[in-house]
Amino acid sequence: MTTLPAAVRQESYLAEGRTIRSWLLSVDHKRIAILYLVAITGLFVIGGFAAMLIRVHLLTPQGALVSKEEYNRLFTLHGTTMVWFFLIPSIPTVLGNFLLPLMVGARDLAFPRLNLASWYVFVAGGCVAMAAMFAGGVDTGWTFYTPYSTRFASPAVVLLLLGIFIAGFSSIFTGLNFIVTTHTMRVPGLTWLRLPLFVWSLYATSLVLVLATPVLAIVLVLLGVERLWGVGIFDPALGGDPVLFQHLFWFYSHPAVYIMILPGMGVVSEIIPCFARRPIFGYRFVAMSSLAIAVLSFLVWGHHMFVSGQSIYASMAFSILSFLVAVPSAIKVFNWTFTLRKGTIRLRTPMLYALGFVGLFTIGGLTGLFVASLPVDVHVHDTYFIIAHFHYIMVGGAVMAYLGGMHFWWPKISGRMYPEGWGVFSAVLMFIGFNLTFFPQFILGYEGMPRRYATYPAEFQVLNVLSTAGASILGVAYVAPLVYFLWSLRSPPTAAPNPWGARGLEWQTTSPPPPENFVAPPIVADTPYDYDHPAPEDPTHG
Amino acid sequence: MILDPSSSSAARFSDVFTALMVFAGAIVLLVLGLVVVYCTRYRAGSGADRSGRLVHVGKLEALAIGAMAVTFGALFVWAAKLYFDNATPPADARTIYIVARQWMWKVEHPGGRREINELHIPIGEPVRLVMISQDVIHSFFIPRFRLKQDVLPTRYTTLWFVAYEPGEFHLFCSQYCGADHSQMRGTVVAMEPAEFQRWLGPSPMVPAPVPGTPGTPQGGLAAGGRSVFFALGCNACHVPGASVRAPRLDGIWDRPIALRNGQTVTGDEQYIRESILDPNAKISAGYTPPSLMPTYRGTVTPEQITQLIEFIKSLRDGWPPGLSPVQHPSQTGEKP
Repeated sequence: MTTLPAAVRQESYLAEGRTIRSWLLSVDHKRIAILYLVAITGLFVIGGFAAMLIRVHLLTPQGALVSKEEYNRLFTLHGTTMVWFFLIPSIPTVLGNFLLPLMVGARDLAFPRLNLASWYVFVAGGCVAMAAMFAGGVDTGWTFYTPYSTRFASPAVVLLLLGIFIAGFSSIFTGLNFIVTTHTMRVPGLTWLRLPLFVWSLYATSLVLVLATPVLAIVLVLLGVERLWGVGIFDPALGGDPVLFQHLFWFYSHPAVYIMILPGMGVVSEIIPCFARRPIFGYRFVAMSSLAIAVLSFLVWGHHMFVSGQSIYASMAFSILSFLVAVPSAIKVFNWTFTLRKGTIRLRTPMLYALGFVGLFTIGGLTGLFVASLPVDVHVHDTYFIIAHFHYIMVGGAVMAYLGGMHFWWPKISGRMYPEGWGVFSAVLMFIGFNLTFFPQFILGYEGMPRRYATYPAEFQVLNVLSTAGASILGVAYVAPLVYFLWSLRSPPTAAPNPWGARGLEWQTTSPPPPENFVAPPIVADTPYDYDHPAPEDPTHG
Repeated sequence: MILDPSSSSAARFSDVFTALMVFAGAIVLLVLGLVVVYCTRYRAGSGADRSGRLVHVGKLEALAIGAMAVTFGALFVWAAKLYFDNATPPADARTIYIVARQWMWKVEHPGGRREINELHIPIGEPVRLVMISQDVIHSFFIPRFRLKQDVLPTRYTTLWFVAYEPGEFHLFCSQYCGADHSQMRGTVVAMEPAEFQRWLGPSPMVPAPVPGTPGTPQGGLAAGGRSVFFALGCNACHVPGASVRAPRLDGIWDRPIALRNGQTVTGDEQYIRESILDPNAKISAGYTPPSLMPTYRGTVTPEQITQLIEFIKSLRDGWPPGLSPVQHPSQTGEKP
């Protein structure tokens, strides 16, 4: 590792132009990351607001706020927005876009203009989808099960499908760009086994994006064709098979779960070694487990269909494969934990998020074993147990990792430090709020409350009220970082190039980096986790 | 938490669920315990000994992978075996038909008693539900029995259980099915067998057309099916001695049927329903496609199909003598 040349501070990518035009037409991966940040934050607010309304509505058994029809639209809005317009793009398009070229020592992604195009495609898809949900209203749920979606739901469903179809191309473009960049743009010396684990996770994610998203596109087109022209594919009244839709949908949507969580695993694999001052335990196993998860993710879709009437032999095959996919995930958890051993641990905000991730992901992952077990899934399927299970992975996992990463790399992205006290406060608040929101939902599901219920039997009320109370805390914990990140922009960009004493290449350039990323090509001497040997620029704080 | 087994399926669920709770609880405690211990002992500034770090990383990882593979494998085999061994209902199970639609559950007992959003069952006896939907996919969910099965518009799905205790339990639709999905609820009433028999009511027999031959229960599904059989004109071909040659219906229930393509199917609900709606789907051995029979899709209701099934069931041991085109029941005053 080299020290940063004590050269004059380069002009940062942020100062390169201040007009709207200079942002909207920029092909700089760092600026495009900011464009994505703005877009997905806006969409997260929409999806989060829908979640708040859902939780308020469920305060009483008869429903406290909206009509049944409105409730059904709200959970469709929440699910669709969060899955396709927040979780799938979040870490790859913001942190991935910003960091991948920096981490491999490149000037930009392999295809900068394709990168900008993918942002426009994403925004176009988002606008079409939001128009469908606000102008028309769609009540199918994010899963669009047939024949409800093709025969009974409002015509706006076609517009929503179109929005998701368009956004899918953005995923494919980004995936291609990341794969090619990882293969071709690494600086000399940066061998595959010296890649940061975040890059490994982005690479695995990109493979899934490129291979799975076309299947989703095909399904959405088939749905639209049936809906618009009455071609019988899924609707039994037209001679179709509704269960076929479920197979095709989950063939994409289960791998999509790993699109959402793999990048988060990568973020945590960067944060934990840095704040434990220890090389990651079992680097190769953590890297390869990302690839193992990517491959296995394509083989487990049928575990969403244990009660759909599929063959019992198919169910058993999908059950064992679902147990198998837990192995590489568990390996990661053990390696993160052992990385802490004999470290020098500083519990800064990013580390709190990362440790929160480990705890919540462990619970989410272990409850995955429950739903992989046939006799248990037959009861908890389509109940709040499932809701709790995937929110532990998606919110407790993916969102925690996203926010941990945002805090970790905020000095690099913005050139400013976030306020540490507020950071710790909101991280702890989020952990508490999250558990209060979603743990009661495990019990609700165990007791049998089905998901997507606008009204419910009175005996479920206490747990629902608890969950709503937790959601209010969670809401506050989400607003806080939004406020203090923006607030930090008021002061000048004075963050040190490497405030955490981290070892990745992105810390070898200024904060924020110059438009060309590196003034001189960075030098790679070891893995990015060489924390055993003190680096000259190690900070004194901590 | 309720862990008392209230049904055969709930007992299976509880065993696996408890085992998983113990396993998952141990792992959560282990991981969280290690994180807390490490973060305390090795916090920056602590004087803990940091020498002697783990070597042999590969062996340790291989050990962890092996241990997990064995544990997960054992859990899978046990859970899957429980599931597999109980997939097939006992032959003597009591069949009850369920027709789901937006947004209600219609229940038909073979004896003729019908209910809506209620399901009465006897305890201590295997009950088998044969379910179909008239519109979208629904899911039949009895939380107390830890039991759930999607109800499809394309074909029958089945579910079976033995209830162990009398009582009233929730019945939910758990597959989102539109505006009133959350209102698609009902009650399962499990009763002592004697009480259940009283609830079912007496089932007087309709005398057979020819004195001295077995009759069918009055108002029962089979009797209704016999009326449907004549009303739809099935008797023109499907009775002994009819002028048109058609596959026989007597003696096919629950028995193997040879098909033209060399395969064999069992004469069950699925097969009968499919043959009524899509006569060309499975052509019996000795016949050539296309089938002379028209499709009854759109003509016949799901309830009529279940009646026809029960009627064909009642022919398992042969036609009652006298049931032929010559003696149409309308001549004996029975309304089709």
